[in-house]
Amino acid sequence: MYKIVTKTELAPNIYLIELASADIANKSNPGQFLILRLDDKGERVPLTIAGVDLNKGTVSTAFHAVGRTTKKLAKLNAGDSIMDVSGPLGNPAEVGNFGKVLLVGGGVWCAPLYYVAQALKKNNNKLVVVAAGRTQNDMVYENELKSVADEFHVATDDGSKGNEGLDFLADVLKAQKFDHAVVMGPVSALKKVVEMTKPYGLNTMVTLASLMVDGTGMCGACRVTVGGETKFACMDGPEFNGLDVDFDELVLRQRVYLPEERMASMIHDKLGGGVKRG
Amino acid sequence: MDKEQRKHETPMAKQGVLDRIHNFYEVALGYTEEQARAEAERCLQCPNPRCVQGCPVDVPIPQFIKLIKEGNYIGASEKIKEKNSLPAVCGRVCPQENQCQKFCVIGKMGDPISIGRLERFVSDYERNQGVTIPEKQKAGATGKVAIVGSGPAGLTVAADLVKLGHEVVMFESLHSAGGVLMYGIPQFRLPKEIVQAEVSYIKKLGVEVKTNYTIGRIFTIDELFADGFDAIFVGSGAGLPRFMNIPGENLGGVYSANEFLIRVNLMKGYMFPEYDTPIRIGKNVAVIGGGNVAMDSARCSLRLGAEKVYIVYRRSRDELPAREEEAENAEEEGIIFTLLTNPTKFVGDESGWVSGMECIKMELGEPDASGRRRPVAVEGSEFMMDVDTAIIAIGQTPNPLIQRTTEGLETTKWGTIIVNEETGAATKEGVYAGGDVVSGAATVISAMGAGKTAAAGIHDYIQKKKGGK
Ligand SMILES: Cc1cc2nc3c(=O)[nH]c(=O)nc-3n(C[C@H](O)[C@H](O)[C@H](O)COP(=O)(O)OP(=O)(O)OC[C@H]3O[C@@H](n4cnc5c(N)ncnc54)[C@H](O)[C@@H]3O)c2cc1C
Ligand SMILES: Cc1cc2nc3c(=O)[nH]c(=O)nc-3n(C[C@H](O)[C@H](O)[C@H](O)COP(=O)(O)OP(=O)(O)OC[C@H]3O[C@@H](n4cnc5c(N)ncnc54)[C@H](O)[C@@H]3O)c2cc1C
Ligand code: SF4
Ligand code: SF4
Ligand code: FES
Repeated sequence: MYKIVTKTELAPNIYLIELASADIANKSNPGQFLILRLDDKGERVPLTIAGVDLNKGTVSTAFHAVGRTTKKLAKLNAGDSIMDVSGPLGNPAEVGNFGKVLLVGGGVWCAPLYYVAQALKKNNNKLVVVAAGRTQNDMVYENELKSVADEFHVATDDGSKGNEGLDFLADVLKAQKFDHAVVMGPVSALKKVVEMTKPYGLNTMVTLASLMVDGTGMCGACRVTVGGETKFACMDGPEFNGLDVDFDELVLRQRVYLPEERMASMIHDKLGGGVKRG
Repeated sequence: MDKEQRKHETPMAKQGVLDRIHNFYEVALGYTEEQARAEAERCLQCPNPRCVQGCPVDVPIPQFIKLIKEGNYIGASEKIKEKNSLPAVCGRVCPQENQCQKFCVIGKMGDPISIGRLERFVSDYERNQGVTIPEKQKAGATGKVAIVGSGPAGLTVAADLVKLGHEVVMFESLHSAGGVLMYGIPQFRLPKEIVQAEVSYIKKLGVEVKTNYTIGRIFTIDELFADGFDAIFVGSGAGLPRFMNIPGENLGGVYSANEFLIRVNLMKGYMFPEYDTPIRIGKNVAVIGGGNVAMDSARCSLRLGAEKVYIVYRRSRDELPAREEEAENAEEEGIIFTLLTNPTKFVGDESGWVSGMECIKMELGEPDASGRRRPVAVEGSEFMMDVDTAIIAIGQTPNPLIQRTTEGLETTKWGTIIVNEETGAATKEGVYAGGDVVSGAATVISAMGAGKTAAAGIHDYIQKKKGGK
């Protein structure tokens, strides 16, 4: 069992939890992920590591309560435990000394992006950071990201705060030369940013949230096409150069279980049910 | 017993076909006490028993059968356990027709003794009575050993070493221990309760089992040494699925057998939505391959409600690598064998879901390196199969994670770890390996045999290292 040490609501339906595991904390790097299984009957769900506290021996992750597992997780509180936490899995994000780096985070992903940004900052990169969210109320980790940014932008889908949508990035890209870019967010955002950076040939690293089961290279559920080759996101990624990624295939594959996920989510909403114990 | 009687095996009851294709309960029901006694009576108690030659771990077959004859089932189980620590598993899944039973002398005139069924009977009997934990026999110096992977190879090494007094910690990357026995072989062939009973047995022996630990990510092999382990056994299996690299393979509804079986068995997808992990099965399912993995995938598909399930295999019925009993069960259940056929591409519908599979007919040519006749495509024989689910079961190779993250651990070009066959020692000092990660995908009992060898190798190594001997 793994104890939830703290739980924070970052925005409506978006939470940050800190889990006790000194072993995982000691080995975690930005860009890697955990796989959680809440109880006996639970599904294995991947969540990106958003930071560690080596003194406390904890690892944290931020999640958006969208389906059955994340909604159940949202009902747990500090002091509660979950059955399985596996990690760190996947490869760390590249955080070398690049020069000037563009960072774009969407929604809940701004939390793990901050972990990457801190490492890039430590390696003396200049950071131009964009924090994006659906509305001004959905912004996550805005202040944290701002604190490491040399240049900072905010964007919301509805324009309620900062820029409306990500189109303004075209001007940012035109005005200065970047050496590297990192994008974490929903696939639509990854795809959009890559479309804009492609003309500049800018290496744009994206974290791919493909469907996963084991997260250790056993099942191939996470396969994605990158540069014309099939890769396993959990073993070869999850960070890939977005210029090479077949996003359309990724979107189709992410939707494979949509009817089942909707059913499970509806059962959860109608019948309730939290984490089973014992 | 007259000669005629002696020639015929005692049949074992099975769940009827019409029932079993709708459930995941065990198909083979096992012997009753009377049946086991009757079968044991047939054994000639050969002074120079051939059957034992066929068993990779040298189970004392006539001796345990004699104890059954005498009604001493617990004694029989203990006898088997001198050589085989997982008899309830082996009795169910060993390909006996190619191993012990193949060599039984009675097989020359009639049916060989059903050694596997007898093994299963006594171990089930013992489990139901409550297993006793043997005393530790401390023999010489002891050390601290890490086991990576909890499949049959790892379980065997762990049990053997802990009994000798060593401190043993087992790391497993999944959330439950057991390896393929847990995630691959379906409930209806090997109930998971039995695997868990074996895991709790080794825990009771004193092995510490750490699930959710993926070695190579959380700790490397070198970090484990730095942490104070004297020796490390790598039994990480052959878990990386092979794909065919044909167009359309990434469409929805195209699974690797591993994904399909993990969802069904380990995650209990057949009980969705009571369990959280979904599995989607269509009406017409094609399973590509002809081994145990293919048979298991096909039979699971049927039980999940598929209307038509095809085994698509590029050689003929005679070359099927699956256990004969399972191929027969599959046929009985109505799985359609489409032999001498190989897929060439998948086509999808507008939502990205597989809707058809193009195949080509094959014929058998000259024997290849494996001694089997090589299948060759018949030009111009392409045809479409109407399928909405495809499961690729054409083999697995070792997962490269440990090999990649361990300096000095040599592998073959197939990614298997190179070891000294006598000791199980790998090329890096203190590292031992065995099971599928060394042999490539093989059998439960061969993994256990390799585990026995490595356990002895590790014990010797610790004696030398710690100056015990
Ligand atoms: C490597 C990796 C890292 C990940 N990191 C994170 C992370 O740090 N934080 C995080 O929250 N998720 C992350 N995810 C995604 C997360 O694993 C999935 O959302 C997870 O499946 C949720 O499980 P569930 O049972 O709650 O929902 P599921 O039953 O799996 O259903 C999810 C459903 O919600 C829909 N959905 C997904 N996102 C949204 C959204 N934003 N708004 C509305 N609907 C949505 C999906 O289409 C799907 O129908 C990551 C995935 C991967 C592969
Ligand atoms: C579907 C299927 C059906 C089969 N049917 C039969 C049958 O009927 N009869 C028969 O004799 N054989 C059968 N086999 C083959 C048999 O199961 C294997 O040969 C046997 O399990 C190999 O044992 P192992 O201990 O080497 O590895 P495995 O059983 O594969 O166990 C390896 C374990 O190591 C873990 N692991 C891997 N990497 C790491 C890591 N980095 N860190 C920590 N843990 C790790 C894995 O998660 C796994 O649990 C079947 C196989 C499959 C897949
Ligand atoms: S372990 Fe397998 S091969 Fe050996 S006697 Fe038992 S069933 Fe036969
Ligand atoms: S060869 Fe057959 S008859 Fe002889 S001891 Fe073995 S099982 Fe019995
Ligand atoms: S999640 Fe199973 S191989 Fe990547």
